[in-house]
Amino acid sequence: MRNVLTIAGKEIQEGTRNRWVLATTLLLAGLALTLSFLGSAPTGNVGVNKLDVVIVSLSSLTIFLVPLIALLLSHDAIVGEMERGTMLLLLSYPIGRSEVVFGKFLGHLAILAFATLFGYGAAAAAIIAAGNEIGSGSWQAFASMIASSVLLGAVFAAIGYLTSAVASERTTAGGIAIGIWLFFVLIYDMALLGALVAAQGRAIPTGLLDLLLLANPTDVYRLLNLGSRGASALSAMGGIADHAGLSPPVLVAALALWTLTPLGVATLIFSRREL
Amino acid sequence: MNETVKMAGVSKRYGNATVVGDVSFGLHAGETIALVGHNGAGKTTLIKLMLGLIRPTDGLVRVLGENPATGDFVARQRLGYLPESVSFNMALSGRETLRFYARLKRVDIAAAEELFERVGLAPEAVDRPVRTYSKGMRQRLGLAQALLGTPRILLLDEPTSGLDPALRRSFYDLITELRGKGTTVLLSSHALTELEGRTDRVIIINNGVAIADGTLDDLRRIARLPTRISVKLSQMDVAPRWANGGMKWCRNEDGVLAAEVLPDRKVPLLHDITADAALISGLTITEPTLDDLYAHFLRTQVTK
Repeated sequence: MRNVLTIAGKEIQEGTRNRWVLATTLLLAGLALTLSFLGSAPTGNVGVNKLDVVIVSLSSLTIFLVPLIALLLSHDAIVGEMERGTMLLLLSYPIGRSEVVFGKFLGHLAILAFATLFGYGAAAAAIIAAGNEIGSGSWQAFASMIASSVLLGAVFAAIGYLTSAVASERTTAGGIAIGIWLFFVLIYDMALLGALVAAQGRAIPTGLLDLLLLANPTDVYRLLNLGSRGASALSAMGGIADHAGLSPPVLVAALALWTLTPLGVATLIFSRREL
Repeated sequence: MNETVKMAGVSKRYGNATVVGDVSFGLHAGETIALVGHNGAGKTTLIKLMLGLIRPTDGLVRVLGENPATGDFVARQRLGYLPESVSFNMALSGRETLRFYARLKRVDIAAAEELFERVGLAPEAVDRPVRTYSKGMRQRLGLAQALLGTPRILLLDEPTSGLDPALRRSFYDLITELRGKGTTVLLSSHALTELEGRTDRVIIINNGVAIADGTLDDLRRIARLPTRISVKLSQMDVAPRWANGGMKWCRNEDGVLAAEVLPDRKVPLLHDITADAALISGLTITEPTLDDLYAHFLRTQVTK
């Protein structure tokens, strides 16, 4: 465990040194602030709590940005260190390969959590500063939005390690990572939508729809944040969320599974890999 | 002497390519061993096998009595490694880098920082990012991390390549000091020349096979390389008596006679030559260099 923390500490140290932490926090804060001010214009006087609107806009932002940031951080983690030659030295130390992977994962997760918390927190702070009153239910939704955003980041970080453990070159890992991002964030939903249209209103079995939604971590995230409470009315997800029989615990479990499986496989592949 | 590293019939193959073929040797405490071979001869692979980073296809590797590829890393605690062209994270400073490795090896931070002085890394450089380091400074930092936790075995992969002579010298001084303390030091090199007087034992590796193993004197004896003797005559047209003693003398236009003499005939010949000192005005004896020795072993292996 101490080794894991040492590795995580070094990742955070490197992240702060090469401005990754600063850059991602500023990016998320900047976009969150923009969305929270601009995003409130179209709603006019609908009467919903303003933070709920922000949650909807920030969730959409998260789906695009957080997986990308997580993949950018993680795709380099194993193959990059191998290429630079630092992995060879590290593995000559009394440390297991799984400790290396988990330590790096923990470090990157801390960076992501910091950036999300402070980036999105800036938006919430701005709303309070503007003199809006926010109910406790909305705060809860906001907190769970941030927590699930970090969890979504964890999923894609884990997938990033898997590509990093498989790829023999850094550029390959980068290419695969971009492909994975495109697939889950853009292509998958379009294909799903296309399939629904092609079905021409025929009822799709709930079980199949659930399965299709759980097969994409970004959809799980979407259901988790947009499918409930005040947010569902504001987003297009309400209809699907009602249809699908997935409760928040199931969704969180799905995200956890999406994290642990790639991470486990990445560790396994990395352990077998010869330097 | 107790054995610290044992290799018994170790082979490593990648597909059809044999990188290391049936290598056996034992390394002992307080011994300095040079692993000599071309680039790509299998030196680094042997070191990686000792580190447990790769597993042998055949044979047995034991480091401090443990299998390095499976053990619970107790052996690695007492093992220092300096990779060939060592690299560190560029953004961190030397101090941060060494602290990180000290934590992994459970070495006291204060004790670790004393190593900066020992390897001669200037105090003002310690807190600068590694990005700004020269090759020599990086190598010093690499050596500092290898020395963490007073290792019983030091594996140094081409430690002096690219270092200036002064640095090389201080480097070997450090190794001599460690040898006195009973550390096994294995250094790999592609040149034998700089190892003269530095090592107890030389293992020559070619194409993954150990083709020679012994002290430099042993190797010289086995190789029986000729010594080159050239004599400058005081008069151009004289043919000295010793010049027709079965050796092949070449005469060049300056009146210099030169021949290659086997070790056992060297002393009698020199005796003959110097018997009539009036005949000669100069005498040069060129012993075979370590490079010649190395080339000899590579040649004999090819013809085998």
